[in-house]
Amino acid sequence: MKKLKSSLTNMLAVLTIIAIVAAGVLASVNAVTAPQIEKINAENLAAGIKAVMGSNDIQVSEPWEVDAFTAYDVKDAQGNALGKAVVTTENGFGGPLKVLVGFSTEGDILGYTVLEHAETPGLGAKAGEWFQDKIKGMNPGKNNFTVSKDGGEVDAITASTITSRAFLRAIQNAYDKVIAGQDATSGATQQASASDMGTPEVIE
Amino acid sequence: MNNLKVLVNGIIKENPTFVLLLGMCPTLGTTSSAINGMSMGLATMCVLILSNFIIALIKNLIPDAVRIPSYIVVIASLVTVLQMVIKAYAPDIDKSLGLFIPLIVVNCIILGRAESFAAKNGPIASIFDGIGIGLGFTLGLTSLGAVRELLGTGSIFGVTLWGETYGMLMFVLAPGAFLVLGYLIVLFNKITSK
Repeated sequence: MKKLKSSLTNMLAVLTIIAIVAAGVLASVNAVTAPQIEKINAENLAAGIKAVMGSNDIQVSEPWEVDAFTAYDVKDAQGNALGKAVVTTENGFGGPLKVLVGFSTEGDILGYTVLEHAETPGLGAKAGEWFQDKIKGMNPGKNNFTVSKDGGEVDAITASTITSRAFLRAIQNAYDKVIAGQDATSGATQQASASDMGTPEVIE
Repeated sequence: MNNLKVLVNGIIKENPTFVLLLGMCPTLGTTSSAINGMSMGLATMCVLILSNFIIALIKNLIPDAVRIPSYIVVIASLVTVLQMVIKAYAPDIDKSLGLFIPLIVVNCIILGRAESFAAKNGPIASIFDGIGIGLGFTLGLTSLGAVRELLGTGSIFGVTLWGETYGMLMFVLAPGAFLVLGYLIVLFNKITSK
């Protein structure tokens, strides 16, 4: 078959056809894969919540939003409140640092997992493991939840102070807004203690 | 040119990383470890084979003046389809590779091979060219990643040899990428010039 000439009608027709075919292919592939992708994302989130709450037998509520935070109320299999899992985002060294953190009903940290980050490989990217043992059981309302360089109680990742600060601020903000701000029964006392400790300012 | 020659050509004579110096953005950006480099190489190879094949099939239908936009649409669609399929059916691969896949669209190797090979040769030869160039790229990225990982973190493919304490962190970061690439190109030229 001979090659088509570069006349205006030919060019217009070919580009239009290619664009339509490409759009059609993408739309149909998207229609097939979108529900599957959504299902996987939901499963990942569910697995993440189980991991940060430190329990496999849990019931998770529908998400609710406070400012930029997404929170889930978590109960155990018998319906007793375990605490809350909160998705919180803060600007890290290389981009947004998105953390899922689990709080007990008292506001103690049960666990966390880094959902998304763009930190330096070998340095800030270690945030996923580095803080696991260090911050479990701490309470951002009672402990001084900043890096030791700033007079706090948490050891920063070696050579990654900016990432460490952002990580701790993300959890602190989640605590201030979601746990201290929303908990009707103990919210008042926790909020008071949070401000007593001179915690870093919340970015409003 | 027979197909085997086309294949070897892509790995040695026209190695995209060490000879053509194409696709430097993913080459420098994704090779902080051997496994990352290999993943990027293999993902690029998949797209390259498919895009070469499709473009060789439709090359006579595309007027010369609009060939570049046409190729770009084909390549971008392929990458997007690949990304959606991987996300939906291979979430484990998505976890390690997901970050790199959209980058393939801007990899000039793909457009370069479409332009210089697939647009002039048949579909079967184009598949072999895709495999050859893809393997050459994978080899280049894997060796670059392996050297950087070894010098930077003291491990290779995630297996610790002497540990991070003795690693030179610079090699994991951007300057190390340029240094290692430079020395690997010297080494490659030394070996192939004989």
